[in-house]
Amino acid sequence: MNISLVLVAVLLAASSGLFAAAAGFRTRFGDWIFACLMTLSCACGLIVAFRSMRQVGTVVWSHPWSVPGGLLQIRLDALAGMFLGQIFLIGAAGAIYALGYWPADKHPQTAGRLRIFYGLMVAGMALLVIAENSILFIFSWEIMAIAAFFAVSTDDHLPAVRESGFVYLVATRVGTLLIIAMFAVLRAVTGSFSLAIHGLSGASSIGLALFILGLLGFGMKAGLMPLHVWLPGAHANAPSHVSALMSGVLIKMGIYGLIRLGSLFDRVPLWWGLVLFGLGIASAVLGVAFAIGQHDLKRLLAYHSVENIGIIVMGLGLSLIGRSTGHPTIVALGLAGALLHTWNHGHFKALLFLSAGSVIHAAKTREIDALGGLFRKLPWTSLAFLTGAVAICGLPPLNGFISELFIYIGMLRAGLYELGPVGVVASLGAPILALVGALAVACFVKVFGVVFLGAPRSHHGSTANESPWPMLAPMALLAACCVTIGALPFLVVPILDHASVVWGTAPHQLSVRTLAPLGPIGWLNLTLIGAVVVVAIVLARVSSRRPVAKGPTWDCGYSSPSPSMQYTASSFADGIVGMFSSVLRPRKKSPTLTQPFPGPSRFESHVPEVVLDLFIMPIFRWIGRLATWARIIQPGSPHLYVTYILATLVVMLFIWH
Amino acid sequence: MPIYQLILHLLCLVVLPPLFLGIIVKVKAAFAGRVGAPLFQLYYDIFKLMRKDVVLSTTTTWLFRAGPIVALVTTLMAGCLIPLGYPRAPVAFMGDLVLFAYLFGLGRFFTVLAALDTGSSFEGMGAAREVTFACLAEPALFLGLIVLARCTSSLTLSTMLSSAPSETWRGVSAPLLLVVVSLFIFVLAETSRIPVDDPNTHLELTMIHEVMVLDHSGPPFAAILYAASVKLFVLGSIVIHAALPIRTGSAWGNWALFLIAAFVFAVAIGVVESTMARLRLRRVTNLLIAACLLSGFGVILLAR
Repeated sequence: MNISLVLVAVLLAASSGLFAAAAGFRTRFGDWIFACLMTLSCACGLIVAFRSMRQVGTVVWSHPWSVPGGLLQIRLDALAGMFLGQIFLIGAAGAIYALGYWPADKHPQTAGRLRIFYGLMVAGMALLVIAENSILFIFSWEIMAIAAFFAVSTDDHLPAVRESGFVYLVATRVGTLLIIAMFAVLRAVTGSFSLAIHGLSGASSIGLALFILGLLGFGMKAGLMPLHVWLPGAHANAPSHVSALMSGVLIKMGIYGLIRLGSLFDRVPLWWGLVLFGLGIASAVLGVAFAIGQHDLKRLLAYHSVENIGIIVMGLGLSLIGRSTGHPTIVALGLAGALLHTWNHGHFKALLFLSAGSVIHAAKTREIDALGGLFRKLPWTSLAFLTGAVAICGLPPLNGFISELFIYIGMLRAGLYELGPVGVVASLGAPILALVGALAVACFVKVFGVVFLGAPRSHHGSTANESPWPMLAPMALLAACCVTIGALPFLVVPILDHASVVWGTAPHQLSVRTLAPLGPIGWLNLTLIGAVVVVAIVLARVSSRRPVAKGPTWDCGYSSPSPSMQYTASSFADGIVGMFSSVLRPRKKSPTLTQPFPGPSRFESHVPEVVLDLFIMPIFRWIGRLATWARIIQPGSPHLYVTYILATLVVMLFIWH
Repeated sequence: MPIYQLILHLLCLVVLPPLFLGIIVKVKAAFAGRVGAPLFQLYYDIFKLMRKDVVLSTTTTWLFRAGPIVALVTTLMAGCLIPLGYPRAPVAFMGDLVLFAYLFGLGRFFTVLAALDTGSSFEGMGAAREVTFACLAEPALFLGLIVLARCTSSLTLSTMLSSAPSETWRGVSAPLLLVVVSLFIFVLAETSRIPVDDPNTHLELTMIHEVMVLDHSGPPFAAILYAASVKLFVLGSIVIHAALPIRTGSAWGNWALFLIAAFVFAVAIGVVESTMARLRLRRVTNLLIAACLLSGFGVILLAR
């Protein structure tokens, strides 16, 4: 039942774009067909996801497949269920959102194509998390990755879009190569392509190879710090619902891979956990630091994905540390934090990207410093963005706080159990996470303040109108998820417990209910919301008896302030960018004053993508120079290439026999 | 926790904080050779503001009014997680220290948004400084709490703060000493006292917290002033508990001890404010990093 339902969901998602195309590439009718089919597919998928999350066991189904070594083998368990739930929830939200955001009558050239690739992305990811066979895994991984490439480069008439699409394509090819290598090693060890493996030893050289290849391959997709180079550009230049799907779900496939990788082993060396923990810290701190320097609304959000992936990987690293040092509580807390943060980040980041899309839809620009005062024009979008901002900063009473709490308590407990260096390192994660949280607050206060509050800084958005309901409804849904998990955190406990049983390596399973204070946190969060409402009512009563005078903002005696005198994104962030300037390498163009009465001039500053510009691009330029030699055998004729493929296959045939 | 202790805790939390500030002001006045404002001046100010009209800027939205409310509610909630005279707080559970720190984060989030809501460049300036310095203050708090947690093998604030001192001061006094200094700096920074910020300066350009609330008036402004005093009291209680090397046997004795210590703490802040100048803004980061490092060394000292 579950199996057939999930297959229906996958097939429906994969074909929804084609059905819509049959109804017309450029018609509004096609949009509706697509949205309805995707919603139906996602409803089926969500049913399966909920059923899988509530069960402890595993359901496996297999069917012969003509691909060599391949087997259509599908496994449903609580871990896959968690990821399925996220894929289908955000998939549906984005598909409905597209009705208002990317309608066929406004984008006749691209709407039909985008629908097809959006559906394929959802289908590929859903198949990926239930694949139990490595060939099927790679197959669906590639569907997802390639569909995402086409979805990212939807606006391919813009050079910036083509460039970031190309960077993404190269990154994802490299990642796939590493993952294929990892599965090849796995095949060599186990002798089959099945992924139902437990109990490998991490201490061997095979284990080391698997760990390194998996970490690089999956880390590339997840956007871990030095491997994140493709992420900001791709997220910024994709249509917003595609950004939401990519940031909310697609990069989590890397996390999914890392989690599954961890479950292959029963004993892991301590340094694996420490390396993951360290990479997580680097991603979290640098991700948010880079985010603060950005001026492009979506690029800023993209760097926050790097940050949150860092927090997730910190949790994962912590659980591996707990496994190596023999502390089941640390394992459970770290894993629960990582899994729940994966979910939460999906909810609030998709929410933020969708509301950013709504801003772009209304104001026609992504430039933060060109906006301002949108709160009155877009009240619901603002509220959605505010909810997402509070959640992503990990503040109570929303969901981000719950998952970070797991990781905090895990790190602090590790500091109590392990008095040696491991405990010191683990517990020092807590102040670093606090630093990340404070930086996130700084960043989101900045972006919310500059975009939505104050007075408009330019003509952009002066005619802005609130977005239509197909765009607002998905945002409301995701905001409701953020509030629900925050206020009623005990609801997710059974799900997390079942998922960690699947990952299970601890000798006896512990429930996170006993490890984290979810009961008090839940009712304190409710009290917090209630108390704010009560105090607001009381204060309103107190001041309602008196008239409220309206006037201009107090300007300290200056008589005619103008909107351009407001703090901007760059002036707000200047202090923090200065603190991190050795890493961020901000570029400033200051005006030089030459005459006694200087004329109008401009100041500009921006934070470039340092890793890409300083490390990756020089390497690729060097490779590019070397690759000119390959032109001897690669003159650009497709016929010749097909001949090469044929010849290679013949040679492979000899090797195989 | 007996019900009368709960009532006493809440009463103390709600009523005492403005008096705490009054003591600081008196100490500063004594240093300057003045009589100074009455001890209860802040109460008078708050009551006066509660009866005043509200003036709102035309640029503002409802967020401007939400800022003071959230700040007040989060501060009072945080006050319920901290033990005062009785060794156990009204709300205590394993891991409450994370909630404690993040409640202040939520308050800061909305205070800063309210400041940015006015569109004033002065308030933007204060907001930017507030969030910048918070980035270094929060790690300092967590580092300090880690040391206390490792001293007491507990992650509950009540246990960390009240069971810690008497035995641990004898055993591991060096890390605790570092932590007390570090937390003291943290409190001065978080509550905008000298040497980080001067609450009495008359120049908006140099302020942090006060410049963020320039546009507030009437009852919301009363809420801001009151919340700021509660914040000082609540954060101060952490330092008081961490620094207090002795405990009496009886419940009332503990209360008396706590109140005396709170008085001494207020005097200490007053002395610091009278004898030091405000640091240049660029130096504030150095001070906060020093606070982090002090606690960091405390963590190392506890490693075995």
